[in-house]
Amino acid sequence: METDPPPGEHPWPGVIESSTDRLREALLPMRRRAQELDRPDAQPPALDLAELVDDAEASAEERAARRSDVDDWGRSERVRSVARALYDPVYRHWFRTEWDGLEHIPRTGGALLVANHAGAIPSDAPVIMHGIERELERPVYGLAENLFRSVPVVGTLWNRAGGVPAHPDNAYRLLHDDQALALVFPEGEKATGKLYADRYQLRRFGRGGFVEIAMRAGVPIIPIAVMGGEEAMPMVWKSPRIARALKLPYFPVVANQFLFGPILGYLAPLPAKFRLRVLPPITFDVEPDQPRYSRALVMEKSEAIRQQIQSALYDMLRHRRSPWFG
Amino acid sequence: MRVLITGLGTLWGSHLAQQLEERDDVEIVVGLDTSDPRVPLQRTEFVRADTSYSLLHRIVEATQIDTILHTHLVIDSTTESRRQMHESNVIGTLNLLAAAGAPGSTVRRVVVKSSTMIYGATHRDPMFFREDMHRCGPARTPVERSLLEVESFVSDFATDNPDIDVTLLRFANVFGDDLDTPLIRCLRLPLVPYVFGFDPRVQFVHQTDVVGALLYAVTHSIPGVYNVAGAGSQPWSEVCAVVGKDRWPIPPVFTGIAIDALRPLGIRIPPETIDLLRFGRVVDTTAITRSGYHCRFTSPEAVEAFAQNERLRRALGGDEPEYRYERDVEQFFRQSSAVVRPD
Repeated sequence: METDPPPGEHPWPGVIESSTDRLREALLPMRRRAQELDRPDAQPPALDLAELVDDAEASAEERAARRSDVDDWGRSERVRSVARALYDPVYRHWFRTEWDGLEHIPRTGGALLVANHAGAIPSDAPVIMHGIERELERPVYGLAENLFRSVPVVGTLWNRAGGVPAHPDNAYRLLHDDQALALVFPEGEKATGKLYADRYQLRRFGRGGFVEIAMRAGVPIIPIAVMGGEEAMPMVWKSPRIARALKLPYFPVVANQFLFGPILGYLAPLPAKFRLRVLPPITFDVEPDQPRYSRALVMEKSEAIRQQIQSALYDMLRHRRSPWFG
Repeated sequence: MRVLITGLGTLWGSHLAQQLEERDDVEIVVGLDTSDPRVPLQRTEFVRADTSYSLLHRIVEATQIDTILHTHLVIDSTTESRRQMHESNVIGTLNLLAAAGAPGSTVRRVVVKSSTMIYGATHRDPMFFREDMHRCGPARTPVERSLLEVESFVSDFATDNPDIDVTLLRFANVFGDDLDTPLIRCLRLPLVPYVFGFDPRVQFVHQTDVVGALLYAVTHSIPGVYNVAGAGSQPWSEVCAVVGKDRWPIPPVFTGIAIDALRPLGIRIPPETIDLLRFGRVVDTTAITRSGYHCRFTSPEAVEAFAQNERLRRALGGDEPEYRYERDVEQFFRQSSAVVRPD
């Protein structure tokens, strides 16, 4: 079926010069070569290095110059570096962040970072992303609630700063295809929507989807226990009725608002001391790229990781003298 | 190969007919449409038929067609009325598949050109749509619903006729020289619209690759569904910058009302395009690459090619002279013994 006729003249040359003609011209050398190869007595065409180099240069010139550095995930290193410059004082002087066990995060290859989530408007995501980029100089993609995406300006900035909607396929692609670091909070909004009275009580870890993704992608899970998030923006009360009206998962009243006012209160976290402990990586002894994994195994691992983070948190809290000074 | 092309009057049908004519293994090419072909054709038989292809089974039977190339799906909802679109998309495809699957049918291969618009664009979308993924929100507009219906017909047809190769290609937004799509119209406005506060990733395919991929599907046995798009993606702001246009914002709330207010100015942006300008859409193209077709243009290259062509258009001050189909002249070229044909 695959027999191309020898390239003939266009029936009306010059009448129409469209991209198909250009394609035909561009394919001419390839066709000729294919025809040469088809002849049984033909010698394989000598590899002309100079020609190949010329071709490569031509196509490199043709290759479109990009005007922005936005990658396929919508992350822009430029936006990220501005965000880092702005956030660094907050990270160092406001939260006085300290890491423990950073050596557990691999320098290459994909890994799924799993952390506890806290605060009505959580500060833990930027702290972890900023911290790892600063200490390890590796980009981190934050998988989060896709609620952001429909909010103008915020959604776009969030995406440019490395936020990716939490969709199983997105996570798999980041970890498996791109071998990137992805950060996920398996508790989701159940954790950020809890009152200060329930601080440091880890919620259910979803349905263990994150374990399944890591198994499928064949990457380790690295649990991170974050202390300080709860005190940065403690929620004292929430209104389900207003939340429903505004189509938000929860509508919080936070302690910050009594200090900084109703609007700024949502934006300004309290200067809690942040301590993060990275726990040893967890690898799974299963074949990657399976369509399904045993529910029981997934739930068991998920619960084990939750327990690990929970007990690490208790251990850290035992040694903490003050929420503000550590 | 005996090929039937629907939508011969569209850019795709015409260019495909032109390419198929050149092949020795293609015995006959029959083209259907209501409008004239857009390029000069040598031996393609042009049949002026109604868009719903009600007499198709007779043509298929009479000409012993073995390959059907269905390029005529309306995806730009501003060009046709709701009813016309339904007729040509849904009823047209129904008749086409009925003719192809009729008892004693000689058809062995069906290739359908669809659009990645079928995935929609919502805030719940994955960053890359794979062929087996479904859209995340309901289909709100008639064109989206008709595409969904068409694809379900095609997949039913493929199940019912296992001996027929059915290939469905979903193309991303196309960039080309002589093409008129809602996005291209947006980019040709003095100021390019964008939804305030949104800068979605968009992905394009060059028209060369649309023709190339369809031709590849016709000449190779690759049954299945494939996304076809250039590699990579860009934010809409970057596309506008490459084309060299400034942007103006559409409000992110009451967007529909704002767009309707522009209609007296002749600016019509369909709701599907607004969704795209809000959330964007990027598809996974692993499957088509694995099948053996490699797009010649990456998505940024397609944008660059479009930008260059726009500069040329502006420099020349208007459109290039278009080909006009003259039935008698074409008949003369095709059938007169006075025409010397190269063998």
